[in-house]
Amino acid sequence: MALLEVEDLTVNFYTEEGVVTAVDDLSYRVERGEKFGIVGESGAGKSVTALSLMRLIENPGRIESGEIRFRGEDILEMSEAEVRSVRGNDMAMIFQDAQSALNPVYTVGEQIAEAIRHHLDYGDAAARERAIQLLDDVGIPEPEVRYSEYPHQFSGGMQQRVVIAMALSCDPEFLIADEPTTALDVTIEAKILDLIEDLAEEYDTAVQLITHDLGVIAELCDRVMVMYAGKPVEKASVEELYYDPKHPYTVGLMGSIPRVGEESDRLQTIPGTMPDLVELPSGCSFHPRCPYAEEACTRTEPGLVDPETARAADGVGADRGVACLEYTGDLEGGLDYEVDIRGGDPRADAGRGEGDD
Amino acid sequence: MLGLVVVGAMVLATVFARPITIQEIGVTVQPFSVAPYPPGDSLLFDTSTNVEDYAPPSLDPFHPMGTDGTARDVFSRVLYGGRFSISIGFIVVFATATIGVVYGSISGYYGGWVDEIMMRFLDVIFAFPGLVLALVIVAMLGKGYFQLLLAFTVFGWAGYARLIRGEILSIKQNEYVLAARALGARDRSVIFRHIVPNAIAPVIVQASLSVGTVVIGVAALGFLGLGFETTASEWGTMLNAEQGTLSPGPGGDIYWWVTVFPGLAIFLFVMSMNLIGDGINDALDAQEDTTVTQGGGG
Repeated sequence: MALLEVEDLTVNFYTEEGVVTAVDDLSYRVERGEKFGIVGESGAGKSVTALSLMRLIENPGRIESGEIRFRGEDILEMSEAEVRSVRGNDMAMIFQDAQSALNPVYTVGEQIAEAIRHHLDYGDAAARERAIQLLDDVGIPEPEVRYSEYPHQFSGGMQQRVVIAMALSCDPEFLIADEPTTALDVTIEAKILDLIEDLAEEYDTAVQLITHDLGVIAELCDRVMVMYAGKPVEKASVEELYYDPKHPYTVGLMGSIPRVGEESDRLQTIPGTMPDLVELPSGCSFHPRCPYAEEACTRTEPGLVDPETARAADGVGADRGVACLEYTGDLEGGLDYEVDIRGGDPRADAGRGEGDD
Repeated sequence: MLGLVVVGAMVLATVFARPITIQEIGVTVQPFSVAPYPPGDSLLFDTSTNVEDYAPPSLDPFHPMGTDGTARDVFSRVLYGGRFSISIGFIVVFATATIGVVYGSISGYYGGWVDEIMMRFLDVIFAFPGLVLALVIVAMLGKGYFQLLLAFTVFGWAGYARLIRGEILSIKQNEYVLAARALGARDRSVIFRHIVPNAIAPVIVQASLSVGTVVIGVAALGFLGLGFETTASEWGTMLNAEQGTLSPGPGGDIYWWVTVFPGLAIFLFVMSMNLIGDGINDALDAQEDTTVTQGGGG
């Protein structure tokens, strides 16, 4: 049994403009100690998924259906008190903007110690000691002095370290990192990612990393799910995703990563923007932006299928799945793109033709 | 700063005006007596002095503010009278601010229909002028110290509730609120440990400005003859008792000291409290305009 199993999760937001389905029939699982990545543009439903896991969706949002099994227990069925004892204790979250994730009126040490006292029943002195130890673990120099300083006295990178220390304070089994490095500059980003990786290793914690940056995924994750407009469009291991992307959207995301030494003048982009979630396009929600879209795409909504066997792969257990009509044989023209791998990878030095002919 | 000194001096003077004795056990807690005479006793029966009623201010015999119509020492009464006004001011503000903060926090944090119902109830309270509501309560419950406390507390918290609700609506959007919940904190601890401390600044400013307003309200009720028994040495009541002296008959003397000094005490205290409030406002930089009036605002 996996540590976390999400099955058919649907989350709606009831706004004045209409019902927004932020997460639509999503299933995935995270194994113990595994690092699982979720990629997508803004508004793809990544953060809503993360908040659903902790049952922190607020009005006007509502978890409509589905199951979130954490260690076999459905979080959505738990009482409020049970959920509270899971939050922070077994499942913790690292927030995107460390500056606003820290309460300005308390010292950072107090904020870390609070959860320790609350969940682990430590006394004041013991909690303080553990908090200082955590500050040390996340690489904050002079933790004893820094313990009694306020968030505004820390730099952005240091604040993010404090947020990580807060998340790790009760030694959770499952850590949700919601764009942990988006607010940081690139050199700090690498350090923070290393830190998360090391600590996940050290504390034997499973990590669900949410990001819009494929580079971050490559650095940290084992398996990846690409989301678009609330739906999963591709699930794969990191290697498969990078060397053998199957969905046009994934290919588009890959294509828009800038590369050093590239000859072209302009950065490639995916044309258009994410559709309005109130009025999703018919059929495949990606078809208005997809360069390979055909008439069939506007009519039929593709489900997640295994690209090799074309069998449905929308269950919790599926490791590889793509939601594109191509793989159910409904496309006439096929997908026409090439994956060009550079950088001396032994497995595929030369460019490799991809897609259907 | 000046305000702080004046208020501090007045509070000290009023505390040390007469000895404080806990009557049930007969222990004197505060033995000092700055005020030279008992505030309620007519000096006509005091054999140590031969002062008349309406004696003008004089230093020898020591009546710096003269005596009133029943030959009571006005100086002693003004000092002692602060006990009513000032204590009611502070207690009422503390109580209303506490109630208002709790009410407004709950309303703002939960939002939705909870907020809707709680705020409509506030609107009902706001539909009446605060002093009128206080009048109604005093009229129902009668005169007296606790009745006055109640009169100003029961509806006075509405302004604070509305003020902090607005703050909370914006503070709760901060990610640290979500972070606290993600760490498993209860609603109660999220509201009062994480949100309220960040939202409290304008309430503190409002509260410090309101002490003066409440004192004026108490004095206003006193002047209308609704605060305390007419013999009490509360500032407003003293004005009420002696208001006849302001319009003496033809050729009569104006006993200005019996009204000017209590009035001056009210003015001095309220103005100093407002200075303090402005000082706090500047210190906390709480860009709040002070249009929300305390219930009972004169």
